[in-house]
Amino acid sequence: MSATVSTFEMPRTISSQRRTKDRLFSIALWASVVIALVPLLLIVYRVVRLGVAAISVNLFAHTALPASLPGGGLKQAFLGTAMIVGLAIAFSVPLGVLTGIFLAEYGSGRIAAVVRFTAEILLSIPSIVAGAFIWALVVVALGNFSALAAGIALTVLMWPIMARATEEVLRLVPTELREGGLALGYPRWRVIMRIVLPTAGAGVFTAIMLAVARGLGETAPVLLTALGNDFVSTNPLKPTDAVPLRVYNYAQSAYPAWRALAWGGALMLLVGVLVLSVTARMLSIRQQRRMR
Amino acid sequence: MATIGVPPHADAPAAPLTRRRRFGDPAFRWTTLVVSVGLVVMLALLLWVLADGGWRAIREFGLHFVIGRDWNPVAGRETYGALPFIFGTAVTSLIAMVLAMPIGVGVALFLNESGAGWIKNPLAVLVDLLAAIPSVVYGLWGLFVLVPLFDHTVEPWLSASVGKVPVLGGLFRYQGPGGDMFTAGVILAIMILPIVTAVTREVVSVVSTETREAAMALGATRYETIRLGVLPTARPGIVGAGMLGLGRALGETIAVALVIGNSTNISASLFKSGYTIPAVIANEFREATSAGVHRSALLFLALLLVLIALGMASVSRLLVRRTARLMGDDVAAQEEAASSTLGLA
Repeated sequence: MSATVSTFEMPRTISSQRRTKDRLFSIALWASVVIALVPLLLIVYRVVRLGVAAISVNLFAHTALPASLPGGGLKQAFLGTAMIVGLAIAFSVPLGVLTGIFLAEYGSGRIAAVVRFTAEILLSIPSIVAGAFIWALVVVALGNFSALAAGIALTVLMWPIMARATEEVLRLVPTELREGGLALGYPRWRVIMRIVLPTAGAGVFTAIMLAVARGLGETAPVLLTALGNDFVSTNPLKPTDAVPLRVYNYAQSAYPAWRALAWGGALMLLVGVLVLSVTARMLSIRQQRRMR
Repeated sequence: MATIGVPPHADAPAAPLTRRRRFGDPAFRWTTLVVSVGLVVMLALLLWVLADGGWRAIREFGLHFVIGRDWNPVAGRETYGALPFIFGTAVTSLIAMVLAMPIGVGVALFLNESGAGWIKNPLAVLVDLLAAIPSVVYGLWGLFVLVPLFDHTVEPWLSASVGKVPVLGGLFRYQGPGGDMFTAGVILAIMILPIVTAVTREVVSVVSTETREAAMALGATRYETIRLGVLPTARPGIVGAGMLGLGRALGETIAVALVIGNSTNISASLFKSGYTIPAVIANEFREATSAGVHRSALLFLALLLVLIALGMASVSRLLVRRTARLMGDDVAAQEEAASSTLGLA
């Protein structure tokens, strides 16, 4: 439809007042785009500049130290984030993909409508609420803060993302493929598992990446469930550190060394999240082209 | 599957009509159904757990909880009035809306309606990337870049210009350095811009080409086409986009906690430090002991927050869907028609 608009040329008989209004409107639209992009550029610039300055071997090789000692790092936070996000992936991928399959393949009844609506509004749930919920449910039950609780809290956020994204990519798979499979005598579940899912494979992978990108940078739920830890913890049932959590704590500190570490951690988060989102987007564009 | 009676081809990998086959389909279907219903159960459980945890605070403080201005978790002198947090949340979210709505709608119209050709896709990706930046990174940047910038430049300037206007000027009275509600509102505006843009694009794109062509055939300029042809139809959906953005702004925690100053003021000036519901949960939750009412009060705030956010999201979805339906472009109906041809319904 935009093609129609763009080929439209203004006749010469339009009054100057209307012409001016039209031009002002165009300028306003351009201005809003510029205003929208300025913060993005400023943030990326600042984080890259200060983050790169903070990168050293220590950042990855050393654990947290008191601010008076030089050479502290975020090793425990990187490992903690890996464990928390790993757990969240392990929980949310099967749950999200199965929900997506239900919505896309069996999703025309009333139950599916309720599930779809729930998934949609769950996308808007404040992340701190997921933290408070899992604190009350898991941390209280287990008796202490843990990576497991943080993984579950992120699952609350990632499950609906996975479900909706998976549903969308499965719907892109041409109906003919399903009919072909059914005509060959495949049972429906094998059509889904052996034909539909592999065809949408890249798309499902995209959905996973988008969900991980969200989970990776989340601070609030991790704050209420993992607590943080100055040392490397490999026990998922014990308090664990996470990069966003460390960035949040160090940002509020008065020590330049800790603030530098905060920028270093922020850069790693930004790189991780942007790489995941950009790759996901490129994959999904390619996937959509292939389906057409 | 009873409709398919043709036996599979000999070298097809499909299993013959064995017991496994007869049970495989229902079992698979039920698995996906149970998992999906689990999502709904999770939401119900979330609401129940928060209501259960927050019950004690409400029983003890009742209405004072939402209208009281004093928040004191010190044991023995405990009193919980959450009005400063409710006030701060409302003010910062409103600032965010006022700033993000025109810009977000502008970006959406630029991307969907103007003939900017090749630049559109890269721009759309860049705007979406704003949504991917973690909130703690926004917070860090806000704390070390935006707060000083606003303290030294923006706020004194606004205070000296708009601050002179009677009545309205009270909002812009300079309050000295430090984080404040205005800075928090600006950060929130940046953060909700992508969602406002995305949803607005979604609703603007369902306005039919015919409507646009009709306006143009009458000799309308592009501005007139958008104002008379596109915006009236898309209006409920754009309101929906705003509500979704508002819901996000209300619940945003970390970025706001870093720049708002975290003090329980209720002040007319936007340049005064404040506090929000999510920020107080983040700051006090770990220190709160389960002995007193403190944790219960925080859980009740979480319940309040999730109810408002879910309400916003539901209304928003309904409005966006109604816009789509108005245009006779009911995606859900099409999908249903498509799947029922396969006999899946």
